[in-house]
Amino acid sequence: MSELIRKDASELSALLQAGDISSVELTQAHLDRIDAVDGKVHAFLHVDHQGAIASARAVDERRSNGDALGPLAGVPLALKDILATKGLPTTVGSRMLEGWIPPYDATVVTKLREAGIVILGKTNMDEFAMGSSTEHSAYGPTHNPWDLERIPGGSGGGSSASLAAFEAPLAIGTDTGGSIRQPAAVTGTVGVKPTYGGVSRYGVVALASSLDQVGPCGRTVLDTALLHSVIAGHDPMDQTSINSPVPAVVEAAKRGDIAGMRIGVVKELGGDGYQSGVRQRFDEAVVVLQSLGAQIVEVSCPSFDFALAAYYLILPSECSSNLAKFDGIRFGLRAGDDGTRSVEQVMSQTRAAGFGDEVIRRIILGTYALSAGYYDAYYGQAQKVRALIAQDFAKAFAQVDVLISPTAPTTAFKIGEKLDDPLAMYLNDIATIPVNLAGIPGMSLPIGLAPEDNLPVGIQIMAPAMADDRLYNVGAALERALLAQWGAPILSSMAGV
Amino acid sequence: MAAISRDDVAHLARLARIDIPESELDHYASQLDAILEAVDKVSGLDTSGVEPMSHPVKMENVFREDIPAPSLNAQQALAGAPAVEDSRFRVPRILDEE
Repeated sequence: MSELIRKDASELSALLQAGDISSVELTQAHLDRIDAVDGKVHAFLHVDHQGAIASARAVDERRSNGDALGPLAGVPLALKDILATKGLPTTVGSRMLEGWIPPYDATVVTKLREAGIVILGKTNMDEFAMGSSTEHSAYGPTHNPWDLERIPGGSGGGSSASLAAFEAPLAIGTDTGGSIRQPAAVTGTVGVKPTYGGVSRYGVVALASSLDQVGPCGRTVLDTALLHSVIAGHDPMDQTSINSPVPAVVEAAKRGDIAGMRIGVVKELGGDGYQSGVRQRFDEAVVVLQSLGAQIVEVSCPSFDFALAAYYLILPSECSSNLAKFDGIRFGLRAGDDGTRSVEQVMSQTRAAGFGDEVIRRIILGTYALSAGYYDAYYGQAQKVRALIAQDFAKAFAQVDVLISPTAPTTAFKIGEKLDDPLAMYLNDIATIPVNLAGIPGMSLPIGLAPEDNLPVGIQIMAPAMADDRLYNVGAALERALLAQWGAPILSSMAGV
Repeated sequence: MAAISRDDVAHLARLARIDIPESELDHYASQLDAILEAVDKVSGLDTSGVEPMSHPVKMENVFREDIPAPSLNAQQALAGAPAVEDSRFRVPRILDEE
């Protein structure tokens, strides 16, 4: 294995800037790694060998011309297949968009290209980002590099698995209820869901528009911050984009000083239903945070107990509306158009043929929740619960600077274990959902392996809206202390793919 | 009592324009029934006097200047279409002839 692929993006950045390595060499090393292991991991749906090398060569040329380049110029990245990429397939893990090639780039993709970041390919995901295991991909599951029989989390399992398998040093995900943070937790990597509106959603296939957010994934807090600062910022093409300065995430990731900080442990996110090894590693992390000078208090957010129920009314309602555009008329699949059927029959056949079970379940559920007679009891009530959850966060942040909890209730489970029990699958996101409902930022960071199964455990850090920098400050402090304790990064204890 | 029946699923699937095979209706009905029972938990919280929250960021009337700018041409816009005729999307018949 090339040593280059094990290096962090910030180390690679230094080597590139010093002229010690070229981006072509670095990109080729990652493509070789993908070719060697992705048959087993299946993190990627499309690998863009030619495009990646061409981008790398262009960056190398600009560097040799003495052009001013950003810190991540020439560093390769894995992109979740939910972001539109001009000239490169974008399937969203669905048969509905098999073979579709977008005619434009998502704003995030434009920013990545402008920063000289090399896109290696598109990563696997649960179909239309609906799922917590990547098993709902129409193209087959992604396998967790820690144990190939286990799930890598979802919906962004491909992005996190690509980091853990050293196929890419950086990745982009999207997070609607935990799809960046839960995969990060179960693969021993870092992932951040930024403040809602902090990163443009233009060109991102919408699941639930009031919850979706694009975010950075990396193997270290600093790498994740560097990527965050590339993709964040106001975009006139997204009307929900926040028009204010990007929080100073890179400075915070370099600082990592939490002396005197007030950190709240959320009482409702932990305890019963959480695996013992998850609870143990979390409790140990709390002690570490305390030893670094933080003041730990327990905070109660009583309406969080209702977050999962509210989420599974709001999300299906929004997605049933958003996915109406997939009707076989303007792009993607069309089924049953043999000249005898009407447009409505063709739409119905197309949607039955193009959507998988989980997508159909959620569309039906949303159609039900929004239908006359049920609207107030379901969607209306869920929106009020959402308001109470936001109020709980506001009260908590009046007492503390950040909140913490385990990211996920368990470590990675076996592929197939929960596939036919949607409710059991939904419970994976029980700790991550409140953050999306309130629109605040959240990070997952590895805090060790559960003693009973030797699989990674993540801690979730939550901050007020537009205080994303606090996540990186706390994350960097904890990461540094844990690294000193362990002597090596968590991924070095992985057996290897 | 089940909140959602086989017939309800068939009706909702028609509304959502998804041609679910007869043989799969019972399976969907039982799964959706379990999900609905779980999400019904929201009714257990007292929300009197609470304003519904539809969005995390309060924004309204986000306008921009109406300035002409390049956009996709017809060929680019039609490139991903399942069927094209005379530089337009070709669609199955809209009106029933029967």
